[in-house]
Amino acid sequence: MASFTLNINGKDKQVDVDPSTPLLWVLRDHLDMVGTKYGCGIAQCGACTVHLNGSAVRACSLPVSAVTSQKITTIEGLSEKGDHPVQKAWLDIDVPQCGYCQAGQMMSAAALLNSNPNPTDEDIDAAMSGNICRCGTYVRIRKAIKAASQL
Amino acid sequence: MTIIKTKVGRRSFLKTSAAAGGGMLIGFNWLTSCSAISKESETVAYPNEWFEINGYIKIGDTGMVTIYSPNPEIGQNVMTSMPMIVAEELDAPWKNVVVEQGALDSDAFKNPQFAGGSLSIMMAWNALRMAGAAGKRMLMEAAAKEWGVGLDELTASEGVITEKDGSRSIGYGEIASKAVGIEVPEELELKDPKDYKLIGTAQKNVEGPKIVTGKPLFGLDFKREGMKLAMIQHPPAFGMQPKDFNVDEIKAMPGVSDAFIVDTTLEKPQWSDVNAFNKLIAIVGDSTWQLMQAKKALKVDWEKVSEPENSEMHEKKLIADLEKGRVGGSRKDGDFNAAFAKAAKVIERTYTSPFMAHNTLEPQNFFAHVTDTSAELVGPSQTPQALKDSVVQLLGIPAENVTVDMTRMGGGFGRRLYNHTGIEAAAISKQAGAPIKLIYTREDDMTQGTYRPTYRSVYKAGLDEDNNLIAFSARGVGLPEGPIFPNRFPAGAVDNYSAESVMSSTNISTGAWRAPRSHFTAGAEQSFLDEVAEAAGKDPIDFRLELFDKAMNNPVGEKYEYDAERYAGVLKLVKEKANWGTEQDGVYRGVAAYFCHNSYVAQVMDVVMENNQPKVKKVWCAVDCGILINKEGAENIIQGGVVDGIGHALYSQLTFENGSPMQSNFDSYKLIRNNQAPREIEVHFVDNDISPTGLGEPGLPPAIGALASALYKATGTRLYNQPYASNEMSLNLG
Repeated sequence: MASFTLNINGKDKQVDVDPSTPLLWVLRDHLDMVGTKYGCGIAQCGACTVHLNGSAVRACSLPVSAVTSQKITTIEGLSEKGDHPVQKAWLDIDVPQCGYCQAGQMMSAAALLNSNPNPTDEDIDAAMSGNICRCGTYVRIRKAIKAASQL
Repeated sequence: MTIIKTKVGRRSFLKTSAAAGGGMLIGFNWLTSCSAISKESETVAYPNEWFEINGYIKIGDTGMVTIYSPNPEIGQNVMTSMPMIVAEELDAPWKNVVVEQGALDSDAFKNPQFAGGSLSIMMAWNALRMAGAAGKRMLMEAAAKEWGVGLDELTASEGVITEKDGSRSIGYGEIASKAVGIEVPEELELKDPKDYKLIGTAQKNVEGPKIVTGKPLFGLDFKREGMKLAMIQHPPAFGMQPKDFNVDEIKAMPGVSDAFIVDTTLEKPQWSDVNAFNKLIAIVGDSTWQLMQAKKALKVDWEKVSEPENSEMHEKKLIADLEKGRVGGSRKDGDFNAAFAKAAKVIERTYTSPFMAHNTLEPQNFFAHVTDTSAELVGPSQTPQALKDSVVQLLGIPAENVTVDMTRMGGGFGRRLYNHTGIEAAAISKQAGAPIKLIYTREDDMTQGTYRPTYRSVYKAGLDEDNNLIAFSARGVGLPEGPIFPNRFPAGAVDNYSAESVMSSTNISTGAWRAPRSHFTAGAEQSFLDEVAEAAGKDPIDFRLELFDKAMNNPVGEKYEYDAERYAGVLKLVKEKANWGTEQDGVYRGVAAYFCHNSYVAQVMDVVMENNQPKVKKVWCAVDCGILINKEGAENIIQGGVVDGIGHALYSQLTFENGSPMQSNFDSYKLIRNNQAPREIEVHFVDNDISPTGLGEPGLPPAIGALASALYKATGTRLYNQPYASNEMSLNLG
């Protein structure tokens, strides 16, 4: 066990955990922030996507000891009032079916739009293919990313 | 106008209300608003007092209306569409409606509370309309009594009751307290579909705002004060069970409070209790990561209980049993042997598909708190009543002391029809003497079984000199059940016809997987018909329409299962929408149509070559599902079905060695990703007044047939063996 101070959604949070614990389980089990989802545990499905200093990373494969003082953003902190352009577009296009993967999809989409405000289809292919949607909402995800880029 | 007798009395309505209102789920019973993106000031104020009108509806003094959605939500969007039906008949403004998940009380809801077979809306249609219409009538009667006028002097619309002469009006919120005392009407008038204002419109998912902000909605997100976490280890191979393990070592690990072998064997298992691994190792502790480490440290003495199987054995068994296995269902018309003997052309093809996993993105999980006298379960189940019944059986506790609450599910696809996870959670909670949440790893889930069976079918067609289809036979086998529906198309459309579904056996557990059997059979049959149409020198749509004409005008043999006119209808609609018959350079088209789950879907699929690889560019769908409830959700689920069909046909398979599945996570089991999905999927619905039918499943099966035919046009290779992308030499789909 070791003590870590994490900067999550702009606030410092203290946890006392095994240093090998992935950030995903620190968020879910120790901080009750369950918006970040567990899907595969091996960085293949993207359900656990969060931002580390603004870039999309897979929290299931990131040991808490590697986070240090980097800024973490989760779906709960993507915006204060749920009105990030990606969240607005996701509601407007009515993207979710079961909804389980969508937090991860939106975090990947928001990171893409951070670095590339007007992504092409090829850019979307490259940025979004690490996120599996088992319900198959890909057509709407693509449409929502394009809509968000216009907001 | 439809008049139907109400089957639901006030008592059962109120009983449901009490159960639904009474502290259902900590953290889960927030209201879910229908006016998702409106600002608070634009919606109606939160009521000071609620009035239970019936089990589906309560109305607040401000005019806010709560509608309980009775069935489990697996992403099929019933939590939006079911309340829409109630709100339509109630004539409540949708923006003032909030939705809550109803409690498990199917007796009170007068509707089976399960999610399966694309049946939710179809089976609840009357109950939902009755609940809304009864509420409206009671509110109107209360107003009539208040004003001393006749019911026929009033109208109600958008949550307001008005005198026809225009003198007085009153909102539902203002009269609701009086409606509570009104007798439930014995007979109700339901709206004529042409008068629908809400049904058929496009409404957003009522849980959208919570989903996009990461609120705890799913079973895996559930937390109860004092709760422990639990994980299981099931045997590494089918045909094995645990005998003993290093229990002391595991219990000494950090964060582990208990470890034991648990036996969930039921004396009288139901169909929903499919499970190859009734004996498991359970580990209880404080955190998921610590439990994962404890799982890795397990040293288990496994014992063999039946012969381990492998994929080669499976193939041999399918080939052998296709010939000599027991026939489960069949149909014969005319003399197909004689007809084949005199046919000018005979085409015979064999189609195969491997075992598949459901892979709901939310892994299996369940919360259970079992005491000596009670059991409380919370989590994802498509069949919560069946789970309750099995838990009652397992624990020997009276049914009235057992509750099962439904959480939103991170996917179902049939996986959560089977309740072993909930039963395991109950058994572990009992043995550990603590409330626990059981969590499966992805690997636990993918290697647990309950798979889509593997199939093998042989199709044979005979054409005469004029290229008419004079003989057709289909014989299919699966582990353990055959995939053929003997009375479906082209039954009734061919003079000499034979169809047989053949049984086999395996120790690998199997279950229903989105559009069971239909997905494989649609792919095989529809791509076979495409090949037969080509041999006949006919356009594939015209070829099918000729057969539908025969089924309509000159049907062969006993009654067949489908409505040939509606079947032909979706084909004609998709033909028109996709501009079928127009050629575009570099665009390769396939078509398919299939009837299942009481609905008809036809699809045209366009494939292009990109970097020498075929890619699905655009898909057109025509759907006849009767009355459309929510256009938005319906379009979404059909689009998802198309993507699901393409993805599984191209990539997915489970193979076995020595009883063990060789794929256990998404690095080895490939699912379709965004870059491989079609860029555009257009969905068109047939406009009719027929009562609504299935939507969750029927969008998937034709996608496989349309894909196979379009890929043939693009590559020149006919595809017979799934997964197409790894089995067919000429395809390199990445």
